[in-house]
Amino acid sequence: MIEVENLTKSYGAVTAVDHISFTVNKGEILGFLGPNGAGKTTTMRILTGFMPATSGTARVGGFDVTNESLEVRRRIGYLPEAPPVYPDMSVESYLDFVARIKNVPSDRRADRITDALQKTSLVDKRHELIKRLSRGYKQRVGIAQALVHDPDVIILDEPTVGLDPKQIIEVRNLIKGLAGSHTIILSTHILPEVSMTCDRVVIINKGKVAAVDTPQNLTSQLKGGQKIRVEAQAPDKALQDLLEKIPGVHRAVVEAAHAGGLSVATVEAAPGQDLRSQIAAQVVGKGWPLCELRGMSLSLEDIFLELTTEDAAHEQPAN
Amino acid sequence: MRSFYAIYRKEMGHYFVSPVAYVVIAAFVLITAVLFSVDLNYEMTQAMRQQMQGMQYGMPTNVDVPSAVLREFFGLFSTLVLFLAPMMTMGVFADERKRGTMELLMTSPISETQIVLGKFFASLTLFAIMLAPTLVYVIFLFAHSDPAPPWKILAGGYAGILLLGGSLLALGSFVSSLTENQIIAAVLTFLAILLIWLLNIGQSLSGWVGSTLAYLSLISHYEDFTRGIVDTSSLIYYFSFMALFIFLTVRSVDSMRWRRA
Repeated sequence: MIEVENLTKSYGAVTAVDHISFTVNKGEILGFLGPNGAGKTTTMRILTGFMPATSGTARVGGFDVTNESLEVRRRIGYLPEAPPVYPDMSVESYLDFVARIKNVPSDRRADRITDALQKTSLVDKRHELIKRLSRGYKQRVGIAQALVHDPDVIILDEPTVGLDPKQIIEVRNLIKGLAGSHTIILSTHILPEVSMTCDRVVIINKGKVAAVDTPQNLTSQLKGGQKIRVEAQAPDKALQDLLEKIPGVHRAVVEAAHAGGLSVATVEAAPGQDLRSQIAAQVVGKGWPLCELRGMSLSLEDIFLELTTEDAAHEQPAN
Repeated sequence: MRSFYAIYRKEMGHYFVSPVAYVVIAAFVLITAVLFSVDLNYEMTQAMRQQMQGMQYGMPTNVDVPSAVLREFFGLFSTLVLFLAPMMTMGVFADERKRGTMELLMTSPISETQIVLGKFFASLTLFAIMLAPTLVYVIFLFAHSDPAPPWKILAGGYAGILLLGGSLLALGSFVSSLTENQIIAAVLTFLAILLIWLLNIGQSLSGWVGSTLAYLSLISHYEDFTRGIVDTSSLIYYFSFMALFIFLTVRSVDSMRWRRA
């Protein structure tokens, strides 16, 4: 559905997007993961026809985003970083306006507006002025706006930013519900969001694609493996020695004892094996009360550190 | 065409859901009403004085009061428009950019020309709506003067003010498309209008420089209209002025795609 090839965007000397390539299949949800300033927004703006690329090509539904911009724009629903709403309009009249400029035929307009309102749970706010809505509701109006013309492709730039936890879950479910009939690209800097909603992930950093894979593969393939947090009432030195002797453990870092003789250790283990039961058995075998044992999911920072240090290591011999 | 109408409709809604349009219209009607009555009084006194002077010398003169009132009144109109146009257009694009809604418009299947024309005709419509109440005073003047002044002055005057207003609104939209800041847009529009207005000093210069400057001035063409003269060269002037600035606005909106947002 979407093919991006060697896409590059430079602003003067700054290269915001540097030769990125990826494809999105029909009905798929692709997550765009990266820190702020990685080039996520720029890539999305190019795909939506908002700005032209410096070089490279991008095609949406077979249409080139630069040369057949109008055709691409007909097929895309786009939620920018800030919901593009008019504060003085009511939710319904705003969606009506968007439906008109997106060329929704007049006989289908009312149905499409109702559908968008229902999908985003805005039906009872339809007559409210947008300026009186809370941040979360404004964001939903922004999403409704991207759905109102029933586009083939939906591009959402950080759709859950500024929402409360309950709303975030609602929006994620909404996005999952849209997959299949729509092809979706969403950007985020929150890792769990990607693993919960996306079929595939493109990690971009400093304008370059660092990895493209499914969230599962991405987390397990990383060389850093897993981290386990251990809390036990034990002398910290002895605990560290014990943990480091367990086969498969790379390193154990024990923090100074907390109140009540509690030691907290972070164990870094090789990927692909679950050491939790072994650790538990060893600690309990020593007669130390085990208070907590928890596998820690890798944070985005970990993945980035992993990917960027790996890149640097690969690049050095070449230089 | 449908998208043009969607933009036009949205802009009109935008003017009339906020109290701003009503306040501006009310202020405009009030100011023009005061100016009209002051103007009428002044011209009547002047005419009376002239007739008395004429009588003293034994040759009474006829002064065409209604025409003089109208000419003076349309002259005041143009001065008001100088202040109004920047206020009406300052937010047209600046606001859209600041709110981020420009991104919505520019990723929709509509052309820049449709966006610009929709907004331009909406502001021109608002301007025409503002002018409408002033017809009451003018019709009052026509009804009570004997003989009635030529209708050409009335028609010419309103045609002139619409053309002048349209030109200033086109210029204002262009300036608004250059910045995100409404205040900067208003001030720059005001200065630009003033500058083109003042090219009129060319009238006092001799040679082709003077006459060219005078031709380029916004106001010199307007004065013909208030005398009921519709000159083709003035029509061409105003229509090309509007076309030029609408074209520049379209280019400027298009260039937003290349600027770093």
